[in-house]
Amino acid sequence: MHELSLCENLLDQVIKIAQQHQAKNIESITLNLGPLAGIEPLLLDNAFKILKIDTVVANAQLIINSTPIIIQCQQCGEQSSATNNYLVCPSCQSNDTQLISGDELTLASVALYTAT
Amino acid sequence: MCNTCGCNVTPGNRSLIQNEKPKEGLTTISVLQNLLTHNNTQADHNRVHFDAEKVLVINLMSSPGSGKTSLLESTIKQLKESLSIAVIEGDLETENDAQRIQAQGVPAYQITTGTACHLDAHLIHNVLHHMPLKGLDLLFIENVGNLVCPASFDLGHHRNVVLLSVTEGDDKPSKYPVMFKAADLVLITKTDLLPYLDDFSIDNAKQNVHNLANNAPTLTVSAKNNQGMDEWISWLKSEINQHQVLLSNHQTQKPKVQQDGALLHAKATPHKFYPVKTHQQ
Repeated sequence: MHELSLCENLLDQVIKIAQQHQAKNIESITLNLGPLAGIEPLLLDNAFKILKIDTVVANAQLIINSTPIIIQCQQCGEQSSATNNYLVCPSCQSNDTQLISGDELTLASVALYTAT
Repeated sequence: MCNTCGCNVTPGNRSLIQNEKPKEGLTTISVLQNLLTHNNTQADHNRVHFDAEKVLVINLMSSPGSGKTSLLESTIKQLKESLSIAVIEGDLETENDAQRIQAQGVPAYQITTGTACHLDAHLIHNVLHHMPLKGLDLLFIENVGNLVCPASFDLGHHRNVVLLSVTEGDDKPSKYPVMFKAADLVLITKTDLLPYLDDFSIDNAKQNVHNLANNAPTLTVSAKNNQGMDEWISWLKSEINQHQVLLSNHQTQKPKVQQDGALLHAKATPHKFYPVKTHQQ
């Protein structure tokens, strides 16, 4: 539901980076997005298409890497993959697990053309 | 063989070169920055304000109509003699909720978000300019009724309380994992209606929260007949005490809204700058 405002944050960050590196054009923006971040990739992509118009990122492609849900059991130490609503360790059935991947929402990288 | 006239291109490598045409001037900047950095910085700033005045701030989240305001009314009735309380109300429209709280004799500030589906740290900071924190013990933030978006936003508060009313169904934690994973306390509300519902099991609801690797306590409460109010009040009091102990050791606490994975993977790394493709010599 808040993909549009999130996309504004994204563009702010990217434009700042573009300025720092004196970019002429931006080719692509790569995000890491986990299923538990609460963000819908399709809505984010739509928001991006609207907001990028007439900015330095107008020609950029948005690449969304979907990261897997991976938990680390604090009891038996086992790392395993998990689903959105079942984060219990499959080996020892403990629910004392930590998410090591799956809820991230990060700007991973920006590919840009510099003035050189 | 040179790179100038193309004589190094042979039928054997032509396809590779066409696919991997070096792009002059293209560089990739590795960033790894959380997209909510802006909000989180503001939230930390808000928390400094709250901690300076030693106020415990609790964010109440739930679907619309699960009884957040009624719970607050009953809670204030029981606590207003012993504690100094204030409430920030978030709604899309109307000041109804703030008026209900003010009728209990405590200050309430309404944020009408218009169309925004959640409160964020900036909206809370705007309110702080108009509301004195001095002397407060406990500040409730009643978030916009919504089981999706509010879960992702740190407001600078200390604890997340998520309400689940018995009429909503015991599978809500499984359906809205992001929200219920962020709960520091789950409150099952409107338990006075349980005799009329044959399909809500408190054990199932607890199990579904447990499955999200969340060991937060679950309490049951009815603001109507006061069932469970004592346990809820003692949870609040123990949280206030714990918070005071932390503050006296110059520490504070954050709600579970913090994303573990994002924090592990996105420690503010300096911007790296390296070319993706080097120019052929």
